[in-house]
Amino acid sequence: MASLFDETKTQGAGGQTEALFAPEGTQPVNLSRRRFLMGSAGVASGALVLGFGIPLAAPRVRAAEAGAGKAFDVPAFIEIRPDNTLRFLSPFMEGGQGTFTAMAQIVGEELDMDPAVFTVEAAPAGEVFQIMNGRRVTGGSNSVRSSYDTMRRIGASGRAMLLQAGAKRLGVPLAQLSTQPGKVVHAASGRSVTYGELAADARDMAVPDAASVTLRDPSTFRWIGKPVARLDMHMKSTGKAVYAIDCKVEDLLQAAVQHAPRLGLQPGVVRNEAAVKAMPGVHSVHVLEGAVAVVAPYWWHARQAADALDVEWKEPANPDDVRYMPADFATEAFAAKLAAETGRGEQAETAGDVAGAFASAATTLEATYRSQYLHHAQLEPPSTLARFNADGTLDMWLPNQVPEMFQAAIAKQAGLEPAQVKIHSPLLGGFFGRHFLYKDGNPYPHAIALAKATGRPVKVIWSREEEFLRDPLRPMAVVKFRGALDKDGWPVGLDVVSVCEGPSEGIANARGKELDDSALEGITGKSYAIANRRIAQAYVKNPPTLAYWRSVGNSMNDFFYESFLDEMADKGGKDPYALRLRLLAGNARLTNLLKAAVDLSGGWKRGPFTAADGSRRARGLAMASPFGSEAAAVAEVSIKDGQVVVHDIWEAIDPGSIVNPAIVAAQVNSAVALGLSQVLVEGADYEDGLPVARNFDAYSILPPDRMANVHVKIIESGAKMGGIGEPPLPAVPPAVANAVSALTGKRVRAMPLSRETFTT
Amino acid sequence: MKLQVNGSPREVDAEPEMPLLWALRDVLGMTGTKYGCGIAQCGACSVLVDGVVTRSCVTPVGSVAESKITTIEAMEEDALGQKVVAAWVKHQVPQCGYCQSGQVMAAVSLLKENAHPSEEDVRAAMINLCRCGTYNAIHAALSDLAGHAGKETA
Ligand code: FES
Ligand code: FES
Repeated sequence: MASLFDETKTQGAGGQTEALFAPEGTQPVNLSRRRFLMGSAGVASGALVLGFGIPLAAPRVRAAEAGAGKAFDVPAFIEIRPDNTLRFLSPFMEGGQGTFTAMAQIVGEELDMDPAVFTVEAAPAGEVFQIMNGRRVTGGSNSVRSSYDTMRRIGASGRAMLLQAGAKRLGVPLAQLSTQPGKVVHAASGRSVTYGELAADARDMAVPDAASVTLRDPSTFRWIGKPVARLDMHMKSTGKAVYAIDCKVEDLLQAAVQHAPRLGLQPGVVRNEAAVKAMPGVHSVHVLEGAVAVVAPYWWHARQAADALDVEWKEPANPDDVRYMPADFATEAFAAKLAAETGRGEQAETAGDVAGAFASAATTLEATYRSQYLHHAQLEPPSTLARFNADGTLDMWLPNQVPEMFQAAIAKQAGLEPAQVKIHSPLLGGFFGRHFLYKDGNPYPHAIALAKATGRPVKVIWSREEEFLRDPLRPMAVVKFRGALDKDGWPVGLDVVSVCEGPSEGIANARGKELDDSALEGITGKSYAIANRRIAQAYVKNPPTLAYWRSVGNSMNDFFYESFLDEMADKGGKDPYALRLRLLAGNARLTNLLKAAVDLSGGWKRGPFTAADGSRRARGLAMASPFGSEAAAVAEVSIKDGQVVVHDIWEAIDPGSIVNPAIVAAQVNSAVALGLSQVLVEGADYEDGLPVARNFDAYSILPPDRMANVHVKIIESGAKMGGIGEPPLPAVPPAVANAVSALTGKRVRAMPLSRETFTT
Repeated sequence: MKLQVNGSPREVDAEPEMPLLWALRDVLGMTGTKYGCGIAQCGACSVLVDGVVTRSCVTPVGSVAESKITTIEAMEEDALGQKVVAAWVKHQVPQCGYCQSGQVMAAVSLLKENAHPSEEDVRAAMINLCRCGTYNAIHAALSDLAGHAGKETA
């Protein structure tokens, strides 16, 4: 290959190649010291070991450090270099959501170091980084909110260590010292010493008990809560950002696969194997579990040859043992099957007397809603690079949201101990839930098998077509609503049965002991005061593999619920804004939020009305409570050539408190785009057991000319910190659907809207 | 085969049918240009061929042997490229960043042809997909570069 993957210069290499990563003239700290520091918590051998940028020296450990079980292993996260810059290993992956920058802001605030001097990389797999009660997941919009306090304490602990080192260096009492960004200052003498100069000494200071460190008064925050510039903007604007698909190592081979057309089929004879082997550039052909691969030095050669493979695909002996895609599966027929399900399902949420409410209702109504399968369609196709090393270890470069889970699964397949598997987590070229551990949905098994078979490092890239054949999908659901209104037209009863398989039980390919929360979230957990309600799930297994998709169950369930809420308003002769305010009476947080969204839009104006350009327009609104945050959105739409145009989205979001308003606004824009994509154009269909669309020619995602203007209002109510990446999404599809219904008089009960033609 | 890449002659050992995208990424080791779809749908692979934005995934390398190829790697060696990158940073455009090499190339191509594109020109030229939904930020950056007000993003 032309060049080696240069781990010393690239962010996102996620490295564990210790020597390469050490700053000039330094070596990582010896593992034994780390073991000692970690105390009984232990540390996976092979974990990256870092010090405060210190030159190689015999481990010097002070006994006082060992007992402090509550101390964070600060040096595992932070490396201060002699030039007074800092490298931070983030437990959370960066995939565009701004986590790396947020981590730098939080740690920098307490460490007293400008986030701008941070270089952030994804931490390797290892127990020390499992800071979410012994786990770590980049998902559920959890990164910042779950680690906010931890990161502050890590920063503050580092500052305390530097202050101790400064006291020693300057020969003054600790109490006389303070810090300014990047330096310890002795005000009385006017002397100061930079963190970079102190880093070597700081290593020898006791890591303070995390609970004992003093945190900054939030009123003095310089970076937390401010629109700090993202750290990855320049490299992502100049092609320098490195994703898994870009990773290279010496002697690399590349592979393309042809998957079984339907999951569960296994390859038999490769009818044209000799001819494929003779194709330009081909190194070898390999029959794998559920796929056949071609290996070549250049991926394009591998791809041409993999596409040319003529494989006999054999039915599984026991289709029930695998997640099997039947040859007659079709999404339309499956939706009809879901709709025909008459069971009452298993209750997830109940309140009051539903039967009584319906019996005494002045009016009742019912409606059936439906969602579609969705692809993640992250722009970077999945890839994995596997390299077995002479010492028996295995290096893996792969996009992932859960490094330790991948490490365990990879170790199992490779017949190694987890500690022998080094997980490198490059930047993610989008994820939206795509890079969890999905059986049959990740390329790593291919990479391991091919690296073993060829005896060389192999990078497998799934072509877009092969990705759309194995990308696990956001589930389809058919949801049956019944509503009861009192004599004044106000809702008093709600009865909902969602016919679906939830993503969690789909991924597990088994029902759990409890109902799958992710199946119904967004129909359950609503704050509206409807006294009598029953929310249930009627489980029907989906043939396609399922996945988490940005905002998970909420991505569709708030569409169903908030649309039906408008139907209840219409039926009772109520305005949907007034109805929501009434049902939220006494809930100051949500009332305030809803009003904020409406105010942001210039006041409630449902329409239809004629806009300045002469088009007929209307507005709709919706709310959602996903992932610990609260959101309310107003959408303005018109119809052009039978299709919905979304002009503006005004969204108010209350995550309790925030770290970076600019990133929040960017995430709202991003979530709006995905929400619009879902409601307007997206849907993954199957016919005859095969996906209809295998690439972006047939699978639509929101194009630039269908993006709406986005207006964002952030409310920091002071409530417990919630998520950011997913919460702005779920209110968008129902706000649009409600606007379309207001405009056209036609109730929208299925996504995407591109499958219907509208008139005003 | 000889190629002119970013002002330098490069020897490329590939058959003429290999897409320029893969000649750049695999043969020359220049991975700033991205693969998203391979069928001219997404624009992640955009490069300039004689100054004009081109989807390299469907461009046989043999067809551009006589042409000047410019990739994202050279953007900051070009005055206009520098301006576009600076606008991208100022407007904090990228999210995951995967589409952004192509977006920057599309913007440079547009501005090379027309230093003051109208809103309509921008809409017509900036057609690359972005799954992260950075479309409004892209428009804000381009409006800034073109000297007019853009779409609201916050
Ligand atoms: S990779 Fe060329 S247009 Fe998508
Ligand atoms: S920034 Fe992620 S695809 Fe555009």
